[in-house]
Amino acid sequence: MKHKIAPLAALAAVLAAGLLLSGCGSRMLTLVNVSYDPTREFYAAYNEEFLRWYQPQCAEPLEVLPSHGGSGSQARSVIEGVDADVVTLALAHDITLIEQAGLIDPGWMDELPENSAPYTSTIVFLVRAGNPKHIADWDDLTAPGVEVITPDPKSSGGACWNFLAAWEYALRRYDNDEAQARAFVSALYGNVLVMDSGARGATTTFVENGQGDVLIAWENEALVSLREYPGEFELVTPSVSIKAEPSVAVVDENVDYNGTREAAQAYLEHLYSDEAQRLAGQYGYRPTDPDILAEFSDTFDLNVQLCCIDDFGGWDQAYADFFADDAIFDQIYRG
Amino acid sequence: MEPKKVVNNKARVIPGFGLSLGVVLTMLSVLVLIPLMSVLGYAFRMTPQEFWQLITRPNVIGAFGTSLLCSLIAAAVNSVFGLLLAWVLVRYDFPGKRLMDGLIELPFALPTAVAGITLSKMYSTKGVLGAALARLGIRVSYTRLGLVVALVFVGIPFVVRAIQPVLEGLDRKYEEAAHMLGAGRARTFFRVVLPELMPALWTGFGLALARGLGEYGSVVYISGNSEKNGTQVVSYVIMQKLNAGNMDYESATAIALVLLAVSFLLLLFVNILQVRAARRTRERGA
Amino acid sequence: MKPKQKTEPAAVLPPEDNTHIGKVIAPPPKPTGALKIVFITVSVLFVVLMLVLPLVSVLAGALREGLAFYFEALTARYTRSALRVTLIAAVCAVAVNTVFGLMAAWLLTRFDFRGKHLLGTLIDIPFSISPVIAGLAFLMTFGRLGWAKPALDWLSGLLGTRVALVFSVPGVVLATIFVTFPFVSRELIPVLNTRGRDEEEAAALMGAKGFTIFRRITLPHIRWALVYGVILCTARALGEFGAVYALSKTRGKTFTLPLEIDALYLSGSADGITQAFAVSSLLVLMALVVLIVKNIAEYCGRKRDGR
Repeated sequence: MKHKIAPLAALAAVLAAGLLLSGCGSRMLTLVNVSYDPTREFYAAYNEEFLRWYQPQCAEPLEVLPSHGGSGSQARSVIEGVDADVVTLALAHDITLIEQAGLIDPGWMDELPENSAPYTSTIVFLVRAGNPKHIADWDDLTAPGVEVITPDPKSSGGACWNFLAAWEYALRRYDNDEAQARAFVSALYGNVLVMDSGARGATTTFVENGQGDVLIAWENEALVSLREYPGEFELVTPSVSIKAEPSVAVVDENVDYNGTREAAQAYLEHLYSDEAQRLAGQYGYRPTDPDILAEFSDTFDLNVQLCCIDDFGGWDQAYADFFADDAIFDQIYRG
Repeated sequence: MEPKKVVNNKARVIPGFGLSLGVVLTMLSVLVLIPLMSVLGYAFRMTPQEFWQLITRPNVIGAFGTSLLCSLIAAAVNSVFGLLLAWVLVRYDFPGKRLMDGLIELPFALPTAVAGITLSKMYSTKGVLGAALARLGIRVSYTRLGLVVALVFVGIPFVVRAIQPVLEGLDRKYEEAAHMLGAGRARTFFRVVLPELMPALWTGFGLALARGLGEYGSVVYISGNSEKNGTQVVSYVIMQKLNAGNMDYESATAIALVLLAVSFLLLLFVNILQVRAARRTRERGA
Repeated sequence: MKPKQKTEPAAVLPPEDNTHIGKVIAPPPKPTGALKIVFITVSVLFVVLMLVLPLVSVLAGALREGLAFYFEALTARYTRSALRVTLIAAVCAVAVNTVFGLMAAWLLTRFDFRGKHLLGTLIDIPFSISPVIAGLAFLMTFGRLGWAKPALDWLSGLLGTRVALVFSVPGVVLATIFVTFPFVSRELIPVLNTRGRDEEEAAALMGAKGFTIFRRITLPHIRWALVYGVILCTARALGEFGAVYALSKTRGKTFTLPLEIDALYLSGSADGITQAFAVSSLLVLMALVVLIVKNIAEYCGRKRDGR
């Protein structure tokens, strides 16, 4: 039997070595920022800006680790145990879920200015160069023969925003007649060619794989595509859209455990500084500082009428009304 | 039954039963079964009615249909081509054979997400292969055909690598004897070689099928995930429940439970076939 | 693999066949000719269409910005960290699964017992489990909401450091072991089943010890299957995405190469996509290295067998 012990001992040794290797962290102060998909570039730039500003005030060497993914799944990860110091998610609702799990103290929304949303975004259209299908507003998306790319609202939080913006337009157009609004949105989703699982996937389908005539996208996503593929696309801002407030918060339970509260607080507060607001503008987010927003008036169409989630009775209500199983979206999409 | 008794006596002859059983059961429990049990625990928080209602929803049934159909087709395609590839790699010599042998593992080395993105680009109507196929009126990306393509891609190494070692270890004297006795090449293959390979072929088929049923990364990009066109797979529906709205663990785990049960039954079936085939081969050999 | 010219048909023929067949013996079966060409052509076509084209598009993508950019992408801080995590995970997975695979194959082919099919199927379960569920399984056991969390907290207090089995490198290792769990045993079982157990039984009856039987009789037969299994396991461990994705969220700390590739690819910029392909080519390269090692091992093995 003795020789049979050898492989087991080796196994145990390997496991132990693996645990040790992974366990030996440096004495660095680490901030983990759990964010959502489209903020990758913005936070990569902001992290550098933040370190340049904050490192001189901080005794220990500091690093910021990014984490990106769908906003809903990122919130879930934090609830399930990702050691996040700050969360910067797409929807206030996702942070509320973390609050309900006991990780963030209630009242986080009032801790920072502007409902803890340092930048906002909205829904726009991205079309191919020259706008061959003459798309100017939501009506044109329902025309026969127009192929629309938008992600699946049943799977992506951002896609719900697309749907709600279209719904709001239809309500305004048909004087709050819900039956007509349904018909309108139904025609629009009848034109959807590919429904990806997330906003980034939809962008890839439209931009890289050349599918469809129009992509319904976040303004910041559309602006990135314009910059990365110059001359290939045009941005169209519809007359009515929806204002999204991506919110930020300190994860209280984790920062208290990690001893990073001060740095985490500074990280979020600095988002409201002029430098960071300008950076947000450069990466396609609408700064909440009105003066800096005005600096970007040629980037953003400031005439668009923006509704917000409260017009739908808040996110929970909107989700139950529109996107739960057999709710309005299912009824419309199944026809 | 009398033969069973004989078998049981034999079991005692070779040493190491207790030790191997102990190690296998312990590792299996700690690494696989206990974590899976915690998933099932969530699923059982639903009442049977809720459970039934959820799994009979049209989109859930549709997703199971799509997953089963596409992975069955892909596994069948892989069985044919996997057998062919293994045969060519073992029996023939030709320039570039080593290279071909090495390429078989590629689907493992390429992260499934990258594979999915690359395939969806290649087979989209603007892609290298997709454009040519589109001219023939065949759309691949964002259809069920695309799903099958992705599953063939991820499944092929399973079949080749299951058959290859057996084919290499195969004693060729029977084949040669059959040939000497005047059996044609096809007859020799189907009557002599194939039965020897059947256990391995079943293994490969089962593995490719099982892999296809649960696949996520490589299919989400190419499938288009349309409920209407029937291109949502089960893993996708589970992710929908987890990520959207309010993190519906119960629904996600309930669907996962059904998926687990389906793949478990399929695997059990394939395992029994494999053991049967092995026994037949052994009895004939004896 | 073995050059077929080596085995001479006449030598392996049972002697009585010679007398029986007489003059018909003339052409020994030669798998040359039309069939061979057709088979090889079809195989090559399949491999080119299904495997080479995606590979080429990855490599072409990797080198789109030139070599300097390529190497810059490979030596980036995040890439190095991801490489380290990937290697740790792959080594642990291969070690654990080799031990397990040998044990399981021995158990399932050398003995008959009640519940054997069931056990064989349970071992295969990780194959068929959607990576999505695999990740969820660990989260619900060891995560913040998992039932084993109090035990982990107790252990943390005992050791004075935070023991985390999810969203950490040990979590990545666990997930990798999980998804590659049956690889080695699956490769060994068909070979052992085909061989039967007569030789081992004979050896045992003659009084040989367990490990001696294994080393002297079983191992030589299963050597190549074992090598294949280890290679499959390594390749799969290097490339695993789904399950690890669920358990690893911080770039530069717990990310593996596939996750890093995904992060780069989704960065939405043309440069990011090129970097993603560059890192992918690193994975492909590692798979190639594994393959070369396999070939060398095979070559050495054959040389020794031949002597």
